[in-house]
Amino acid sequence: MIALFAIAWRSAWNRRFTLALTVLSIALSTFLLLGVERIRTELRENFSSSVSGTDLIVGARTGSTQLLLYSVFRIGAATNNVQWKSVQALSAHPGVDWVVPLSLGDSHRGFSVLATTPAYFEHFHYGNRQALRMREGKPFGELLDAVVGAEVADKLGYHVGQKITLAHGSGELNVSEHADKPFTVVGVLARTGTPVDRTVHIGLSAMEAIHLEWMGGAPMPGVKIPAEQVRKFDLTPKNVTAALVGLKNRAAVFAVQRWVSTYADEPLMAILPGVALDELWGVIGIGENALLLMSALVALVSLAGLVSVVMASLNERRRELAVLRAVGASLRHVLALLALEGALVTLLGVTIGIVFAVLGIALLSPWLQSQFGLALHLSEPTLNEWTLLASLVVAGWVASLLPGIRAYRLSLADGLSPRI
Amino acid sequence: MTLVLSAESLRFAWPGARTPCIDIERLDISAGEAVFLHGPSGCGKSTLLSLLAGVLVADAGRITLLGHDWAALSGAARDRSRVAHVGYIFQQFNLLPYLSMLDNVLLPCRFSARRMERASRDGTARAQAEELLAQMGLDASLWQRQAMQLSVGQQQRVAAARALVGHPEIVIADEPTSALDEDRREAFLDVLLSACRTNHSALVFVSHDQRIAERFSRHVLLPEINRAASGEPA
Repeated sequence: MIALFAIAWRSAWNRRFTLALTVLSIALSTFLLLGVERIRTELRENFSSSVSGTDLIVGARTGSTQLLLYSVFRIGAATNNVQWKSVQALSAHPGVDWVVPLSLGDSHRGFSVLATTPAYFEHFHYGNRQALRMREGKPFGELLDAVVGAEVADKLGYHVGQKITLAHGSGELNVSEHADKPFTVVGVLARTGTPVDRTVHIGLSAMEAIHLEWMGGAPMPGVKIPAEQVRKFDLTPKNVTAALVGLKNRAAVFAVQRWVSTYADEPLMAILPGVALDELWGVIGIGENALLLMSALVALVSLAGLVSVVMASLNERRRELAVLRAVGASLRHVLALLALEGALVTLLGVTIGIVFAVLGIALLSPWLQSQFGLALHLSEPTLNEWTLLASLVVAGWVASLLPGIRAYRLSLADGLSPRI
Repeated sequence: MTLVLSAESLRFAWPGARTPCIDIERLDISAGEAVFLHGPSGCGKSTLLSLLAGVLVADAGRITLLGHDWAALSGAARDRSRVAHVGYIFQQFNLLPYLSMLDNVLLPCRFSARRMERASRDGTARAQAEELLAQMGLDASLWQRQAMQLSVGQQQRVAAARALVGHPEIVIADEPTSALDEDRREAFLDVLLSACRTNHSALVFVSHDQRIAERFSRHVLLPEINRAASGEPA
């Protein structure tokens, strides 16, 4: 058998350029498959990790998907607000550990403005219970302080100390600006891959302050309150959009949810973020199905390409196999030779493909994060990825055997009196 | 004299052909004999060689190699038996281009334990291969050279050494001189015939070239013994 390895090695070395192409083609197939599959899984992962560590989201009574959309994804607007006294009543509930009120509605150059309390930076978690981190500066302390998400800072080139003005309502073109009360950026958050990156955070009282002279969504004519004087007013908010709630004991989650939905003073609802995220994913998951289909097509095409490359390179070897058969190699010898080479070439190709994929994710993930907001992580291959890798190896290996059997049928007579 | 190869009432037709291409009553090859098998193109020479070597199996009649009927063996067993007892010199030499001269000669020993054992009876298989190459007039400085770098004449002599290594009972040569010029042809025949004598191998030498017939002890004109000799493709 050692002698057979020596022959296999010399033969392979003799065909090293063709073999290198085969290995490269297998490596590219592997890279493509792993890449698409990784993007698919991470997309879902990114989505479902938009909020974590929050037990309930409370808002005015509406659809659970709608509440999730505006409170977490800043999409759409609330039809009704939650009164401040309801938030206070909720905070006083014995099962509740913390409440982070959220107030939405303003924007800054297309990015949503979220008014909240400093507790937000402590309690809001994303991903695998990761807390928000400051890339630069600190959470807001003064009245007109703002903390911007990473994407806001990167797109607009903001650093600590930047003066910004907010606009009423959302959208790029806003006529009514709160230009009289400029904010100062005091902090920039580190990237999270969630909607937080695209948010400008201010204090609840600041939100109240910039709307002091406003009524019914428009500035009151003739009323001007300069920024220096706003502190004289009562800046306690009258209402908020929604609230994130953490419980002392997660087991109480349904009891608190029921308490909220039967709250007598105004119609409220509480949703479990995980359940609502799954529901929402069910709606937009059609996108995932499209990616899954793409994965399958990519797999099919790369496997077919792999088989054809291996077959083509083996067709080239027909003469050589014929000679081997003619000088006494049995079918067993020929198959062993092909199987050995096929296995080594496929394994080498898949390994190089994995290295490509790892390097690709490591090198491209900052760019993907900033361009597409997609956070790719290096981690152990998932079950799906193992299956894909295994099918690549098996397909490549089987492909290398099939022509061997064909060669066996043709080659003996061929080798004795070859027809060229 | 013991019989090495024996054919009896042999009939063979190519699939799809209505008339047989081989129809031979009897052909015996004895040990150590040098047989010149000749005839014009299309008289079935290559087909007969394939039948003798067990590559093709006869439709009727039997061919025995050292008393064993080819037809009674499975495909894998025929492969084993062929490499163990038959040295074959091909028209196209059939060297593996990426192996050295020496490794090409040793190929049958790699695939057959019997050839290996017989090659290393008086030393090592490598020593015997080197001795055969030397007998073929190939200088030791060439032995490690890859087959693809050899001239046609050198390749043919390597192919002959390969057929002879491990002393097979019979050497079958299929028009091995057709690619050689006259001087080289004579030199090649010299070494092949003397090597077969030294190794006590029977030789079946196929050619349509009458000029070399006198070098052989026995002549077989195929159209004379093949009753089916007609216009079938060779």
